[in-house]
Amino acid sequence: MSVLDVRNLTVEFGQRGGSKLRAVDNLSFALREGQTLALVGESGSGKSTVVRALAQLVKRTSGEILLDGAPAGRRGQALRAYRHRVQLVFQDPFASLNPMHTIRHHLIRPLQLRRDHPRGEALEQAIHELLRSVNLTPPEEIARKHPHELSGGQRQRVAIARALATDPDVLLADEPVSMLDVSIRLEILNLLDRLKQDRNLAMLYVTHDLATARHFSSEIMVMYRGEIVEHGPSDEVILRPSHPYTQILAGSAPDPTVSREALTAARRARQAARASRDAERREASADAGCRFRSRCPLAMDVCATHPPDLPVAPDHLARCWLLSDEAEPAGAGTDGAQSPRRAPP
Amino acid sequence: MSGMPDMLESGQDLVLRAEHISVEYAGPRPTRAVRDVTIELRRGEVLGIAGESGCGKSTLAYALTRMLRPPAELTGGSITFFPADGPPVDVLALDGENLRAFRWNKIAMVFQSAMNALNPVTSVARQFDDIFDAHRPDMDHHSRGRRARELLDMVGIDPARINGFAHELSGGMRQRVMIAMALALEPEIVIMDEPTTALDVVVQREILDEIERLREDLGFSVIFITHDLSLLLEVSDRLAVMYAGEVVEHAPSEAVGTAPAHPYTLGLLRSFPDMRSARRELRGVPGNPPDLRDEFAGCPFAPRCEYQFEPCGTTHPVLRSPAGRLLVDDPALVSGWRVACHLHDQRYRPAGPPDELAAVPGAHPDPAADGGAVDSSAAAGAPVAADNPVAADAPVAVDNPVTADSAGGEQ
Repeated sequence: MSVLDVRNLTVEFGQRGGSKLRAVDNLSFALREGQTLALVGESGSGKSTVVRALAQLVKRTSGEILLDGAPAGRRGQALRAYRHRVQLVFQDPFASLNPMHTIRHHLIRPLQLRRDHPRGEALEQAIHELLRSVNLTPPEEIARKHPHELSGGQRQRVAIARALATDPDVLLADEPVSMLDVSIRLEILNLLDRLKQDRNLAMLYVTHDLATARHFSSEIMVMYRGEIVEHGPSDEVILRPSHPYTQILAGSAPDPTVSREALTAARRARQAARASRDAERREASADAGCRFRSRCPLAMDVCATHPPDLPVAPDHLARCWLLSDEAEPAGAGTDGAQSPRRAPP
Repeated sequence: MSGMPDMLESGQDLVLRAEHISVEYAGPRPTRAVRDVTIELRRGEVLGIAGESGCGKSTLAYALTRMLRPPAELTGGSITFFPADGPPVDVLALDGENLRAFRWNKIAMVFQSAMNALNPVTSVARQFDDIFDAHRPDMDHHSRGRRARELLDMVGIDPARINGFAHELSGGMRQRVMIAMALALEPEIVIMDEPTTALDVVVQREILDEIERLREDLGFSVIFITHDLSLLLEVSDRLAVMYAGEVVEHAPSEAVGTAPAHPYTLGLLRSFPDMRSARRELRGVPGNPPDLRDEFAGCPFAPRCEYQFEPCGTTHPVLRSPAGRLLVDDPALVSGWRVACHLHDQRYRPAGPPDELAAVPGAHPDPAADGGAVDSSAAAGAPVAADNPVAADAPVAVDNPVTADSAGGEQ
């Protein structure tokens, strides 16, 4: 069942000059027990703002967050109770730990906030248990260290242990491995995956890496300029992307299994497509219509109107006019994008 | 074993050869960041250098361009540049005006975090001017401006942006400007140090496409440094995998993705989930790289290696032809394949390396082409049999049931 329900979440930031920047526009989704939902998109698409709004580190402009069906507390004791249950792992383990304090100190603070207020031996036991649960051993030794004595991967484990200290139900992981070395990324992701299963966590995994998104999550949401443009089961979204933006994302990831000839051909096609689009359309800002219109190889006249979410399959939505029966695709498939599959009649 | 274990390939059309390069960062216990590295860059190719942070990739790049500054010091080795026209140049002997003339004219660099490598307080035009001031003092104002606009246009940026500042450009556009600057003097070699690391996939793809197109048009050679092995397999012709300051494997990119010879290369490959294929257990490379201030008695990778056996703790492995592989149909491609691992040393492992590090059945889609190629490559390799992996394979294949089977199956 869903633990965290997000309905019509919108976050706007004030800007100099008066007009507001809508960083997150009307998002609705649910995080479920023991499942990972991946949120993917390019830099600046609003992924981190979603996380911050869910952790209530930035105020939402409108929309609802429901934890187990009840509205999330917004201030005082209710907000603290909410934060106990919804915890966060940040991107940069070099910045998210205080260099002045020991690892023990980092873990004691959230532990002391726990309802059972562990003390003395029970507190030490809780610290060691947390460190062991993220495979940091021997815990006695690690607890005495300062962050600079640990490697990046070890620090991120400490950050995860800290997030688990309040025994949360929801874990928000904002690019948890992008600052880490390639060779240890999988260890951390495997750890998160195991913790999710052991503790039945509802997890939001924010990343720009489609391959790990597919591997570690059951569902994927693709975000573009503040909107979810595609949402569905992860294999569906990655292997059979429907929105042209998802298609371009999926087509851009390096694929060592493709032959040289195929790579060269694909590159030529992409460059031809890019050159054939006139500069005006490339640069045009799409404020009223589809936000991807200016970069979309399949843009049509109807795209000047904002598209609704249209079904690809029962549990798979894409926000694109190409899925509507009224619209006919204009150009041929270029830039690696093809006309999306339509919902079976 | 082989007569010249660290010599790579002679007789190729080389543009740069760096032999036995060692770099130390001075200190009470010097950090030996690059340890006896030999690489060769062939004309017109992309040579990839892969490895995790702190393995010496960037230090090596700075050594090749003579840009090391104290406390870093080149403590050994030689670098030879072979210009397209003219005699070979001993890069380490260059000084003063000659060194200045060599840098950027012959070998240019696209720096890591190029996002921040542009000067934020002067316009793009002024930064192009700096290059021409230093290297083309005779060029007049007008031709400089024209050339700078030409270069921007070449990398896909509107020449009208010439008077813009770095903060007015997106990350991808800044990267393009950096590439335009590297190409300003038409160098023969461009070193790219993590050129796309800070960019997202779509922009990364655009930049890679652009580099490839420019390379086709201008014909420069590239040393491409990144931690992203899956990217490197795609963009490079050959690659060198570095670990703890050493090259542990030199391999043709096209084949190594499915047939790594070194356990570390295999570990790196297993660090990337494949986007499209079936889900499988993934583990990466557990553990941490060693402290480069230490001396290693044996193999530096041994503490993290799941295949570790007796000699690894005590004997340092040298680069040698990998044992037991009969997989690639192009002798020129496979001829430089070297691996520093005792699993490939018959003295320690008469039976050859384990299957996943040995040969690849069905590496080539066309069995007929495979069979023919093995013959011809063996013949071509005959004069330097000891140093040729394909020729050296023949006796090993008998000892290695997997190789023998797969070779038999293919023919």
